Amino acid sequence: MSEDGAAVLDVKDLRTVFETAQGAIHAVNSVSFDLRPGELLGVVGESGSGKSVTMMSLIGLLGTTAATVDGAHVNFDGMDLLRVTEDELRAVRGAGIGFVFQDPMTSLNPVFTVGFQLMEPLRNHMGMTTREARQRAVELLELVGIADAEKRLSDYPHQFSGGMRQRVMIAMALSCDPKVLIADEPTTALDVTIQAQILELMKELRHKLGMAIVWITHDLGVIAGIADRVMVMYGGQIVELAPVIELFKNPQHPYTRALLQTVPSVRGSRAERLRVIQGQPPILFSPPQRCSYSARCNHAFDRCLAADPARISVGDGHDVACFWDPETGEPR
Amino acid sequence: MSDAGASPLVQVRGLKMHFPIYAGIFRRHVGDIKAVDDISLDIRESETLGLVGESGCGKSTAGRAVLRLYDITGGSITVDGTDISDIDKEKLRHLRPKMQMIFQDPQASLNPRMTVAGIIGEPLVEHMSLSRAERLERVYELMDAVGLNRSFANRYPHEFSGGQRQRIGIARALALHPKFIVCDEPIAALDVSIQAQVVNLLEDLQEQFGLTYLFISHDLSMVRHIADRVAVMYLGKIVELAPRDELYGAPLHPYTQALLSAVPEPDPVRESQRKHIILTGDVPSPSNAPVGCNFCTRCPRAEQICHEIEPEFRQVDKGRYTACHFVGDTAIKTAEPTVGETVKP
Ligand SMILES: Nc1ncnc2c1ncn2[C@@H]1O[C@H](COP(=O)(O)OP(=O)(O)OP(=O)(O)O)[C@@H](O)[C@H]1O
Ligand SMILES: Nc1ncnc2c1ncn2[C@@H]1O[C@H](COP(=O)(O)OP(=O)(O)O)[C@@H](O)[C@H]1O
Ligand code: SF4
Ligand code: SF4
Ligand SMILES: [Mg+2]
Ligand SMILES: [Mg+2]
Repeated sequence: MSEDGAAVLDVKDLRTVFETAQGAIHAVNSVSFDLRPGELLGVVGESGSGKSVTMMSLIGLLGTTAATVDGAHVNFDGMDLLRVTEDELRAVRGAGIGFVFQDPMTSLNPVFTVGFQLMEPLRNHMGMTTREARQRAVELLELVGIADAEKRLSDYPHQFSGGMRQRVMIAMALSCDPKVLIADEPTTALDVTIQAQILELMKELRHKLGMAIVWITHDLGVIAGIADRVMVMYGGQIVELAPVIELFKNPQHPYTRALLQTVPSVRGSRAERLRVIQGQPPILFSPPQRCSYSARCNHAFDRCLAADPARISVGDGHDVACFWDPETGEPR
Repeated sequence: MSDAGASPLVQVRGLKMHFPIYAGIFRRHVGDIKAVDDISLDIRESETLGLVGESGCGKSTAGRAVLRLYDITGGSITVDGTDISDIDKEKLRHLRPKMQMIFQDPQASLNPRMTVAGIIGEPLVEHMSLSRAERLERVYELMDAVGLNRSFANRYPHEFSGGQRQRIGIARALALHPKFIVCDEPIAALDVSIQAQVVNLLEDLQEQFGLTYLFISHDLSMVRHIADRVAVMYLGKIVELAPRDELYGAPLHPYTQALLSAVPEPDPVRESQRKHIILTGDVPSPSNAPVGCNFCTRCPRAEQICHEIEPEFRQVDKGRYTACHFVGDTAIKTAEPTVGETVKP
């Protein structure tokens, strides 16, 4: 999918299967995308659509749980992450690709001070002395807007508020100057005024540090405010991928169109009745043989049940996986 | 509060709910968490009053206190003409059918060892003398009303999705023909597309049964959808209360303005042109609220007086109440709407 030779991350045909007591669950089904230098790629979809598993798969974070990750390639920094050793992957996670997760309390260790947790990877991965690591830790906390950074190094995570803990998580993810930052619902657990602070911080940091970011969220408002491109996931697949303005202005996939219609807003006109998408996302016990959205789609027709639609290009950087054409209201 | 002619179904005046903090080996009383600190509001028959605010501001405590699930610290609560502020348990039990609650986490609020029929029928066993057959008939009626298939009656909660479990909780709350229901974050644990289904159901039931809701949520866009009037809480107090369109169209209190401004707009062009108000810092602890105005530590408009004198919660226009030194009758006319306002990029 890479049109740009200089993509920092190039993912091709990624597939993840979980072995469970109920059978195999095909959580990620042939996902391909690239991430360009300095861009912010938004990932949206209902819960269970495969957003987290996709990102965890490509950096080997599913560990040895009953997950099988396979694919053509995941190219990063001259390596294929699907075919490197566990040690090399660990090094990539330490320095090349940083992460921030939804719940900062579960990712910070409650028994160590914030300073210790910030300094540890700097010493291990960057070979800094304690003194240098300390200096850098203070800079990082200042970078993410924590006042009295020097003093707060000796505090424990519970002494920080939720928003401050999320800032610490961002500081940790940034500590080794990653080329790519993956943020999985980093503001979902936060209050809106704190979310606004974090989003503002991210906009600022992007320009300062120039890294590429993958931002997972189910909130289309958040996406609208920060993303350059957006990928919409459903049933473990990318059903639509487009530049952000294009996606909101000219959504092609029935699922994207439905998602955009269901969100109420605090501004503008107010609908008397909320639009709903009936039903729920599927759990895939086999690789998709038909369109995975067909059970909920208002436009489904016979072809949608006979085959899984391939992703096609419908415009400049705009891809969609659907047999139906919203322009004509007819099959493509 | 209210200014309609008819007297409101629920009337709350000066409500306080403080939780004592004990410390040391002698468990000395060293202070209070002022979770709800002097709030007044009316809820009119058949309306939905939205109660919004950030985590920990006291929304749930207020909702539970209004139903007298706590012994309140101060103030008064009148529901349908009866003052329930300090009536005893037995009298409360008789009033329970009238006022019900729907909870955030449908998983945690349903007994996992009871069938759906058992859960929905439990309040009927407790409060009404029906035969088995009559009771089952009522359970079926309720399942129909909330859109649950009757054939699910003998299944257990874990066999249902989050949205379906919330329907079970709603059916149970409706069992005794309540007039007033406190909905505490009823959609917060649900996926976006399921949220809309549950909100539509709550609206249908309200119309069908003439229900009155106190709808607690931190989701400002959903509250705009469902509520007729909205109260905004901050640190145990109501800072603004107004009819929905006025509150969202032209918020008066600096906190309401910042809160609404923080909600991103699902439209990349408008979002990039919008003026953002970014608050600094965090909400102070309710055991150690600032002197003066509660919001003074984060308010972009705070002046000296705000750190000294607490602003009074008062009516500043018809049906509009707020607590800020700098919102007065004249301010209303000159206040610029900050929400939806766009500036050239
Ligand atoms: N039983 C209790 N004992 C002591 N403190 C309490 C108790 N219940 C609530 N609090 C405190 O009172 C304050 C208000 O809590 P409340 O649960 O009402 O907030 P909320 O607005 O519902 O928040 P959320 O949006 O997170 O549900 C918080 O500081 C909370 O920790
Ligand atoms: N450890 C696991 N074992 C089995 N199935 C899993 C596991 N983790 C995730 N899944 C399944 O994979 C699918 C995608 O999950 P996920 O990526 O977490 O969704 P999202 O992040 O979009 O909410 C879901 O059907 C989920 O139930
Ligand atoms: S392929 Fe068919 S079922 Fe799938 S989204 Fe398109 S129209 Fe709907
Ligand atoms: S009284 Fe002062 S601190 Fe409080 S909201 Fe008004 S301007 Fe802000
Ligand atoms: Mg996830
Ligand atoms: Mg609550």
